[in-house]
Amino acid sequence: MVQSLNRLKESPSQTAGPYIHIGATPNHSGIEIYGNGGDLGRTLVGPDAKGERIVIKGHVIDGGGAPLKDALVEIWQADSAGLHNSPQEKRGKADPAFAGWGRQPTDGVTGEYRFETIKPGRVPFVDGRLMAPHVTFWIVARGINVGLHTRMYFSDEAAANTECPVLARVEHRDRVATLIAARGEEGGRAVYIFDIHLQGEQETIFFDI
Amino acid sequence: MTDQGSFYQRDRGWHPPPFTPHYKTSVLRSPQRALLSLENTISEMTGPVFGHGVLGEYDNDLIRNWAKTGDPVGPRIIVYGRVLDENGHGVSGALLEFWQANAGGRYRHKKELYVAALDPNFGGCGRTITDDQGRYCLRTIKPGPYPWPNRVNDWRPAHIHFSIFGHAFAQRLITQMYFEGDPMIWQCPIVMGIPDRNAIETLVAALDRENSIHMDALAYKFDIVLRGRRSTLFENRTEGN
Ligand SMILES: [Fe+3]
Repeated sequence: MVQSLNRLKESPSQTAGPYIHIGATPNHSGIEIYGNGGDLGRTLVGPDAKGERIVIKGHVIDGGGAPLKDALVEIWQADSAGLHNSPQEKRGKADPAFAGWGRQPTDGVTGEYRFETIKPGRVPFVDGRLMAPHVTFWIVARGINVGLHTRMYFSDEAAANTECPVLARVEHRDRVATLIAARGEEGGRAVYIFDIHLQGEQETIFFDI
Repeated sequence: MTDQGSFYQRDRGWHPPPFTPHYKTSVLRSPQRALLSLENTISEMTGPVFGHGVLGEYDNDLIRNWAKTGDPVGPRIIVYGRVLDENGHGVSGALLEFWQANAGGRYRHKKELYVAALDPNFGGCGRTITDDQGRYCLRTIKPGPYPWPNRVNDWRPAHIHFSIFGHAFAQRLITQMYFEGDPMIWQCPIVMGIPDRNAIETLVAALDRENSIHMDALAYKFDIVLRGRRSTLFENRTEGN
């Protein structure tokens, strides 16, 4: 025998199941509870938040082409200056009016999810080079055994996307497009459509982080 | 020495694989391409903080947080434990959210198909935040097993769903807690998607008679482990990068 490393194993993941919305967005699912605070993660942007206000919306789509109506989508991102609203952020103080974390259900009828947020600044990669602006996504649902991590990049950041060390790592270059949301407009505000494909020709790149 | 580094690689052989065909919904919802390996960047090593200020007085008490005319029906239980990281350190300030069926196995959800009765006094969800040692507790009624549309006659063992938010987005985890002694654990295609029996057993809460409350509630102990961080030994890594 040798000395033990005394390490524990991560608790195994289990599917979020069909009723994740009861646990994560109870008010949305008709269980009015927790008082005025409502569902956590519903609002990212305070009135004084700096940066360009944008909408991110889309669907999570299964291998048969159907949108998931029972999924939960969470996002985490830097503020407009590239800083995270987190105690682990040591490079500076993030905008206190921007939470950085959001959580939305996919709609029970249409399957659409929607976030009102701001466009993030650039954040450094592990070697100090800047990554292109991105939003980190985490997707759970019935039938997903381990939550899926991916990233959304911005179509109007072509130069930054080209030099992003993470996107550069993608061997099959045609798959980079699965991470880039197209910019459009809705009532004078920028809207990015980001559809997440779980399988098929357009399968989104998911990360093992 | 503090644990400041990136997270230990997730052991994908310990978790259920994405494609578990006996759990039919996974067939069309499991990515088929290899995941893209990415060492943790600050985007994954940071995460939001949930202050105790977001919690209401009864948020972790499912016996009280939805009660309208009296207590919900069913065996009263306390679930307690710690949220630890893989280094065995308590994770303070972790947000735990939990949801479950009522004592009859029925969820309060409009898409629920099971004929068991709703309980007017049971909402079925709660939340709490761990203390400085990573400890948490909640009070609820023991959920019933329930049938679900998978194979013709599949039933879930009694369980409580847990969503856990540690200190970093990379630690994000959803899992389920099962109850000691339940034979249905070993018949469930969702549970059995986990390849290693030892891994499954870490999701089975132990009945703790010593901490049961006389004439009131049984206790179950359920510890949860999140990913741990590397120690930054001799690493010339710019802080936060
Ligand atoms: Fe369940």
